[in-house]
Amino acid sequence: MGNETVDDGDRRSFLIKLTSVVGGAGVAAACVPFIASMNPSSDVLAKAETEVDISNVTPGGMLTVAWQGKPVFILRRTPEEIKAAQSTDGVLDPEPDSKRVQNPEWLVVVGVCTHMGCVPNKEGPGWTCHCHGSQYDDSGRVVHGPAPKNLEVPPYRFLAENKIVIGKA
Amino acid sequence: MPNRIITWIDQRFPLTSFVKHELTDYPTPRNLSYWWNFGFLAGFILVLQVATGIFLAMHYKADVTLSFDSIQHIMRNVNYGWLLRYMHAVGASAFFFVIFTHMARTLYYGSYRAPRELLWWTGQGLLLLLMATAFMGYLLPWGQMSFWGATVITNLFRATPFIGDQVVIWLRGDFTVGDATLTRFFSLHYLFPFLIIGAVVIHLVALHSVKSSNPSGINLADKDNIPFHPYFTIKDLYGLGIFLIIYSVFVFFIPDTLIEPANNIPANPMRTPNHIVPEWYFLPFYAILRSVPNMLGGVLAMGLSVMIFAFMPFLDRSRIPGGARFRPIYKIQFYLFMLDMLVLGYVGYVQPTEHTMVIGQVATLCYFGSFFLIPFVSKAEERWLIKRGLPAEITALIKKEFLEKKARKAKALQKKWGIS
Repeated sequence: MGNETVDDGDRRSFLIKLTSVVGGAGVAAACVPFIASMNPSSDVLAKAETEVDISNVTPGGMLTVAWQGKPVFILRRTPEEIKAAQSTDGVLDPEPDSKRVQNPEWLVVVGVCTHMGCVPNKEGPGWTCHCHGSQYDDSGRVVHGPAPKNLEVPPYRFLAENKIVIGKA
Repeated sequence: MPNRIITWIDQRFPLTSFVKHELTDYPTPRNLSYWWNFGFLAGFILVLQVATGIFLAMHYKADVTLSFDSIQHIMRNVNYGWLLRYMHAVGASAFFFVIFTHMARTLYYGSYRAPRELLWWTGQGLLLLLMATAFMGYLLPWGQMSFWGATVITNLFRATPFIGDQVVIWLRGDFTVGDATLTRFFSLHYLFPFLIIGAVVIHLVALHSVKSSNPSGINLADKDNIPFHPYFTIKDLYGLGIFLIIYSVFVFFIPDTLIEPANNIPANPMRTPNHIVPEWYFLPFYAILRSVPNMLGGVLAMGLSVMIFAFMPFLDRSRIPGGARFRPIYKIQFYLFMLDMLVLGYVGYVQPTEHTMVIGQVATLCYFGSFFLIPFVSKAEERWLIKRGLPAEITALIKKEFLEKKARKAKALQKKWGIS
């Protein structure tokens, strides 16, 4: 100590800034576990994939399965339904049917209305959502609002001819 | 722009003046040692416990069939759940370690003396709230130690005269510790920390009214006080750094040292573990409970052993300023008391045998005996120290205090008799 001066202003303000930055980084890092703990835990993530046996679905029939807690519609389309779906690109959110299916016989879409998240009902050709009246065709494309987008196609893959896994492309 | 916002607020709310008065310009004795860091540390751990607790409660389930598994769920499935749980469990031990040190400092330096009696008593209330919160939190993992600890402690209330059995059933909401007990403990374990926060505010209001004590024990003149910021913000933060290093060693490397292995077995109401012990911070008081052969007597002795610290302002009759630092006899008493606490802790931990029973009873007598002796010893010590010769400043200080007291009394008498 002795004659040493404590009034080296530059050195002091540099050290204060450095300490503040390091301390701030520490506090930010300490927040990470708290925020991460609110993300889905590993047992929830384990539900991310669902395997479905589709051998019992008859042509024109539909199967509803839960994937990540959401309904997924698996529709086995008849040749007429396929033809009707392929003849148009939809109106409100145009998309060709070929881009929405892997095998034209099978349509797999998430059964959650893109408007407010209700589950549409299968009525005649396509689906109708009773919450606000949106209508979808047999390719899951919106044909009547207020829904803005087509029903979402989840990532899925055929494991065998009559078995698909939803959640993994 | 920020200045304009602050001006706008200051016209409506005393923000700047409050910060200035209570923090940046708050007068603090310049001679505070690191023993004065522990109040701040306790506040820090309180925040840490509340934060980790809130996030743990998002994943914990208070139900006898689910709670043990939900802890395993937190440990294995929840992102960083292991970290939150270990921070919370180690934090409880750290909280008691810091609070005990804080109390030991108060006893050593005589900080409980006038005018800080209320400050000391609000602290005593905080200790009771902390103990209750820790005890109820310990039931939540629903392990063997949780269950039997809660069973034993709720059973203490059987010592209530006449209605003991009813009181115990009312506390548990069941004939044994069961689902009703678990859910109410969870509810109260979540509530009590907020009561503690309220009590801390009262503790701080009392502190800021009488200001910090200091190692000299003399109320310093204004010129010997320095602003809290930056001097003690830096000192507190430095102490926090050291604390966090030790805390992290426990959390990351030896988190299970303070958790009884038996608590990794789900609660079984049909079988008590062979060796049942409370958490380390309750051991000395538990030893006192076990040392008294009578049930009601044991419960009362244990309650008194926690509450007896509140009497210190009355028991200590010495007018010598400062605590143990300037009082050799009191210093010896202080260290003997600390030793006695360690002996009681040991007796509380080991399986009771005839041998440890005797040690426990002697240590219990020493515990209460040291409080009983303080009024006599402190007065005798004061006489001896004055006879031996005190530094002139201290003699002057005692004289001043005596004269002030006399003046106050005379004034009160004048008022009473209407003489002016």
